[in-house]
Amino acid sequence: MATLEQGFTELEPVLQRHGHQAQGLIEVLNRAQQLYGHLSEPLLRHIARQLQLPFSRVQGTASFYHLFRFAPPARHSCLVCTGTACHVHGAAQLLAELKAAPLAELGVELGSVRCIGTCSEAPLVVVDGAVWNHVEAGAVLKQLQELE
Amino acid sequence: MGDCLRLCTAASCRSRGALALLENSDRPVKQVGCLGPCSEGPLAAMGDQLLSLQPAENESLGPTLEAALAKSREISAEEPFLKLQRRLVLARCGVVDPGCIHDALSQGAYQQLQAVLAADDPSAVIETVRRSGLRGRGGAGYPTGLKWATVAAMPGAHKVVVCNADEGDPGAFMDRTLMEGDPHTLLEGMAIAAFAVGAQQGYIYVRAEYPLAIERLRTAIAAAETHGWLGTAISGSRISFAIELRVGAGAYVCGEETALIHSIEGRRGVPRPRPPYPAEHGVFGLPTLINNVETFGNIPALLHLGVEAYGEGTKVFSLTGHVQRSGVLEVPMGTPLRTIVETMSGGAPPGRSIKAVQTGGPSGGCVPASALDTPVDYDSLKALGTIMGSGGMVVLDDTTNMVDLAAFFIAFSREESCGKCIPCRSGTVQLEMLLRKLLERRGNAADLSQLESLCHTVADASLCGLGQSAPKPVLSTLRHFRSDYLELLQLAEVAR
Repeated sequence: MATLEQGFTELEPVLQRHGHQAQGLIEVLNRAQQLYGHLSEPLLRHIARQLQLPFSRVQGTASFYHLFRFAPPARHSCLVCTGTACHVHGAAQLLAELKAAPLAELGVELGSVRCIGTCSEAPLVVVDGAVWNHVEAGAVLKQLQELE
Repeated sequence: MGDCLRLCTAASCRSRGALALLENSDRPVKQVGCLGPCSEGPLAAMGDQLLSLQPAENESLGPTLEAALAKSREISAEEPFLKLQRRLVLARCGVVDPGCIHDALSQGAYQQLQAVLAADDPSAVIETVRRSGLRGRGGAGYPTGLKWATVAAMPGAHKVVVCNADEGDPGAFMDRTLMEGDPHTLLEGMAIAAFAVGAQQGYIYVRAEYPLAIERLRTAIAAAETHGWLGTAISGSRISFAIELRVGAGAYVCGEETALIHSIEGRRGVPRPRPPYPAEHGVFGLPTLINNVETFGNIPALLHLGVEAYGEGTKVFSLTGHVQRSGVLEVPMGTPLRTIVETMSGGAPPGRSIKAVQTGGPSGGCVPASALDTPVDYDSLKALGTIMGSGGMVVLDDTTNMVDLAAFFIAFSREESCGKCIPCRSGTVQLEMLLRKLLERRGNAADLSQLESLCHTVADASLCGLGQSAPKPVLSTLRHFRSDYLELLQLAEVAR
């Protein structure tokens, strides 16, 4: 049961800030994902124990929210904004074209995000946290190939 | 003060390279929040002078701030985009350094809180808010004074004030602008509300998609605590009020108040039937006041000006889509839509014309070009079949297919439905299928009438605001742009 005893010590400050109370669950999950990249089962079980919650409650809550992920992220992420302003500037086509490209081979995980609120730059993508403005598929692909 | 160069480093200008300019600069620069016309960014300001640092086409930015300034273009204060604004909520946004409480204090932050604490009369504050006619800026437009009075009248020593900063409507970024540009105005508004209703604990529920707003709020809350404007015995009074930040995790439905309460409590963000309303049974079962960011942002300005000078107040809009100049603007309540989208923002791109303006996001509808002279207020927009909403305004030109737009919003609501009630969970799926059928030119007249009747079922039978308003984009486009639907039916007929 080595994995069960895995430390996750970096999580202690946020657990303490919420007094190991159930109400801090989403804050704890956010911090856990920030620290470890994704919410693995051992990690969720650890959180359940620390907050004295049934595992089902922790997993049920985590699975409700879009931003929590349960598998390790790829090396890079590319999120296409699909908000209204980006939509009327062709985001759907951009997403379709990027979906058709072999992004997995580049270590890039493709996803979408619902409006980051910088709509004057539509259409846009968020690559590893950085915003690329006024993009079209060809240019995004070229820049993604140049990553790393 | 006026001599120091101010550079916008909020999200939009940041994505246009403002931080690189900041790093490559020898002169003292004050970082500020949004200066307004985001599409001209990165933006800087010196005194009253607004400068666009945007490079010409085929040129690149900078590389140094000096180089960018040498090639900058002044945006005249006489331009309608700037001149026709009335900045109450955003008065200090773009002027003050959001990371520095001393700067905010030197420009009047927390003075209204201090005055209110000194007068020590909570009911007078509520009466002022009630007399001003201020209505909730989150979209529904519930009278703010009435809400405050209801919470204040609830029994019990423990109450909660919640700021709904889960600005989920796509194309809306008014709240982001205030939180990034002048967080202390929000904190002051919340503290005044807490004093008025008798709350000791506050929460700001902010969406995770706004990392910079989160960072600036954290800084501002800590600084306000250090300076005695939050925490115990605020400004030497007997009043205590602490604010905790709660970061969401990407669920649109959490903008609904009962879902938001569940999320603050660390649960799935699923709405519940009302009553009991949050005023009676809110966070952890305590009487809870929930207002939107902009509503709280109005409070210091309202108290500063007084009810008469405040007048009808203002509304902040984020203007995007097919428009020449986009960004954030604050205008007097009741400004005609045409003034905003044509006079202030230059209208549609050259060679195209405006077809409609979408307001209220997935819960709203479209105003057709023929109705652009409508004044922007809660009741006029409602009469047109849309809503004021939180302030997202997307301009659509004549190339837009309104059925496609309706399908876009229904797909959004389908994805964001929490799944608790069947009309919303299944209805949005069926509505999207019908719209897709029409768009793929496979539809017939029966599909169209089914679409319409299903819209009413979903609107009438859903549990919460998400489902109740999800069909609005369809109903609104059916009302004003039925020809777009009929054209698809004809094309389907030809295809058969």
